[in-house]
Amino acid sequence: MSGEAVHVRAAPLDASAGQASRRDLGRRLLITLGPILISLALAGCVLLAVGVDPLAYYGFVVERGLLSPLGLQQTLTRMAPLLFIAAGLIVAFRAGMWNLGGDGQFLLGAVAAAATAPLLVQSLPGWLALLVAFLIATVVVVIWSLVPALLRAYQGVNEIITTLMMSFLGVSLANVLVKLVFLDPGTTVPQTRTLPVGDRLPRLFETTITSGLVFGLAAIVIVHLVMTRTAFGLKLRTVGANPRAAVHAGLNVPLLTVVVFAISAGLIGMGGAIDIIGIHGNVRADWNPAYGLAVIPVVFLARMNGFAAIGFVFLLSVLSIGGESAARRLGVPQHFTLVLVSIVLITLAIAEYLDHRFNQVRRT
Amino acid sequence: MMEHPRAGLPIVTLEGVTKRFPGIVANDRVDLDICAGEVHVLLGENGAGKSTLIAMLSGLQQPDGGRILIDGAEVPIRSPSHALSLGIGTVFQHNMLVPTLTVAENLALGGRWWKRPRTAELAARVAEIARPLGIEINLGARVSELSLGEQQQVEIVRALLRDSRLLILDEATSMLTPKGIAELGALMRRLVERGLAVVFITHKLGEAADFGDRISVLKLGRNVGEIPPERLRSLERAALVDEIVAMMFGRQAGDDAVSIPPRAANDDALLEVRNLSVAATPDAPGLDAISFAIGHGEILGIAGIDGNGQKQLAEALAGQRQAVSGSVVLAGQEINGLDVGGRRRQGLRYLTDDRLGEGTVGTFPVSINYFLKEIGEPPLWRSGVERSREIEARARELTRIYDVRTPGVSTPVGRLSGGNIQKVLIARELADGARAVIFNKPTYGLDLANTLATRQRIRDIAGQGLAVLLISTDLEELLSMCHRIAVISQGSLVGTVPNGDGAGERVGRLMIGIAA
Repeated sequence: MSGEAVHVRAAPLDASAGQASRRDLGRRLLITLGPILISLALAGCVLLAVGVDPLAYYGFVVERGLLSPLGLQQTLTRMAPLLFIAAGLIVAFRAGMWNLGGDGQFLLGAVAAAATAPLLVQSLPGWLALLVAFLIATVVVVIWSLVPALLRAYQGVNEIITTLMMSFLGVSLANVLVKLVFLDPGTTVPQTRTLPVGDRLPRLFETTITSGLVFGLAAIVIVHLVMTRTAFGLKLRTVGANPRAAVHAGLNVPLLTVVVFAISAGLIGMGGAIDIIGIHGNVRADWNPAYGLAVIPVVFLARMNGFAAIGFVFLLSVLSIGGESAARRLGVPQHFTLVLVSIVLITLAIAEYLDHRFNQVRRT
Repeated sequence: MMEHPRAGLPIVTLEGVTKRFPGIVANDRVDLDICAGEVHVLLGENGAGKSTLIAMLSGLQQPDGGRILIDGAEVPIRSPSHALSLGIGTVFQHNMLVPTLTVAENLALGGRWWKRPRTAELAARVAEIARPLGIEINLGARVSELSLGEQQQVEIVRALLRDSRLLILDEATSMLTPKGIAELGALMRRLVERGLAVVFITHKLGEAADFGDRISVLKLGRNVGEIPPERLRSLERAALVDEIVAMMFGRQAGDDAVSIPPRAANDDALLEVRNLSVAATPDAPGLDAISFAIGHGEILGIAGIDGNGQKQLAEALAGQRQAVSGSVVLAGQEINGLDVGGRRRQGLRYLTDDRLGEGTVGTFPVSINYFLKEIGEPPLWRSGVERSREIEARARELTRIYDVRTPGVSTPVGRLSGGNIQKVLIARELADGARAVIFNKPTYGLDLANTLATRQRIRDIAGQGLAVLLISTDLEELLSMCHRIAVISQGSLVGTVPNGDGAGERVGRLMIGIAA
């Protein structure tokens, strides 16, 4: 992955000559779209091997995820939490910190929102209750992220390991909280109290699309602009690209590390909260959509560019909504979406490598 | 390994070998003859290009220019295993044995993977090799239980097991006790008596004089002198050391003329350091009560063998490294309590020697690298938001003033040559309100033109009344422009010499631990 190249490309000062950049853009499209087509063919072979007609599968996915009005609305609704997660990952990855604890952070945010929102709406005006629940969820996850953040900032403990391990803890803790602490006494199914549909985030116009989508889009656009256009974003990118240069330039690297973790985890927690106050209304025990891990490859595909990430999150949503329907109809496991995404990632990496080699050869 | 070419014939010849890394020239047209039956000492300071030369001989790196001849024929050394098959064995500075395996297992590594190691045959061969050399090898011992000297002997035997004709010992004495060093010297003597060629790399003068048959001195990537065996044998040890000192620290062709800028009229101390101490870390010496003062327009040189606390001194002054005690006063104002940014705003600037490693962010455009130390400050940022047009305009201005050769200000700085990256750093540190500037090895790895330009730039800013602390391992550079030269050794200043006649000799002697 050329995370480094992205830094430069995204910098607004990068005013390459028009001609060169157009050829560059063409090449970039080729090495992005080419591998995706190859991946679809490869995944098709996998489908053939398990006895499913790939064309039928893809057709079904596109039809249910993109073309049918209801499917499209579901797809757009699904994007809301995913956009928050992508925004959180972009902040961390651009600062060179690998927050892989998305699942735990997401679920803790979701549970915190589900625990507070149904109670708050009884005493506060609806919008204020949702806002407070949203903020509580964010704060809970920010505190949760302090453990890996402080370990990394002051002890140099590898955050990949701590966040990944804490993700397991977070998922389990969220489960425990649902089953023991925030259990809804009114139902026999182990789940939290349910936020009434009328109290959830309003839907957009006359559709079923949640207005959380708007917040998600705002979050990722803001993150993108902050990372590329502000001094704060530049400081984070400096830490990510060359931590020693950051020290040399007088940046407070440990403090920035903690801030990066707080923002990253906070945004992912917001994703969990949005999923609850906008879409689900409650958290059932053992619920874990594993969005956190699914979005990581998407952020890489987008080369940590916020706008590109919106497009890829949309694709992921189409695949997962369509894939869920296809799973029911064609018997292909729902996780086949992940198989497809990972094949795309591998072929893109190979394309990137070949492109790099080609450039080297051409230069010498 | 018994039939070797007659002593004195070159086994390996280097002709004009050049190796460049991003930003520096590690080896610059090095010529070298490595002959059978000789201990060839490669002497040079850290960064002189010894390790790069070895990396090319052992197949780890490929030269960018020049030829390597083996037995008179040009052969590219493609890989470490290829080097071994050509008879070039290398014992690296850092141990390359597997500590959890036994000696025998280590020696058997690298054999064909589908064959069972023949332990009995191995034992016989090891005995055959080790006995005449006076080495005791306990094949059953675990490597982690051996002393460093014994481990080194195992590595030497391993190289000989592969029928090496040329044995390269890279900084082999750096981890040995004095007794171990003497034993290694005797072992090298026995090896060359058996017709091998030994290349012995060191930065210690005494070892070179004691063990070498032929001495080549590397300095800033160039081979600056050679003492052939006849001459070496004819010299007394003291005279030999003198001659080596002259080569290592003496005047070279191409060095620029001595030109010491005139001092400013105002002679008050501009930068004053009192009893600055820094705690030692596992991999770097600390600083012990460093005190000095630099006046307006004065250049104070810090000489010393690399790694004696120069970097720690620069970092402590710049605020990058925590000082245990002491004070730093800039223009009458204590700046101890300030961080890197605060000290910079007061006018204290630090030009790092690690231009790509910490000086710049290679993937960022030139323009941003100019302002890396003032991110977020007006006028280039307003309320924390980047003002692209102002940044670009200012970057173009700096590019013009400091003559940075770059395709554009949006070019990633890592694509520029070392000299131009250095100009970017100079522009960053000298623009806007510099009062005292610390230069750490400012011409390290630069070509001659850029070296001269950088030195002139330093003279110019001293001429403008700034205080300059010039840290350099190149004594000639210090002599060419400093008013005074202090010598650092083991983290403390061991003496200060006013520049003038005979200063070079005195500083050179202080550097290698002989009282001036």
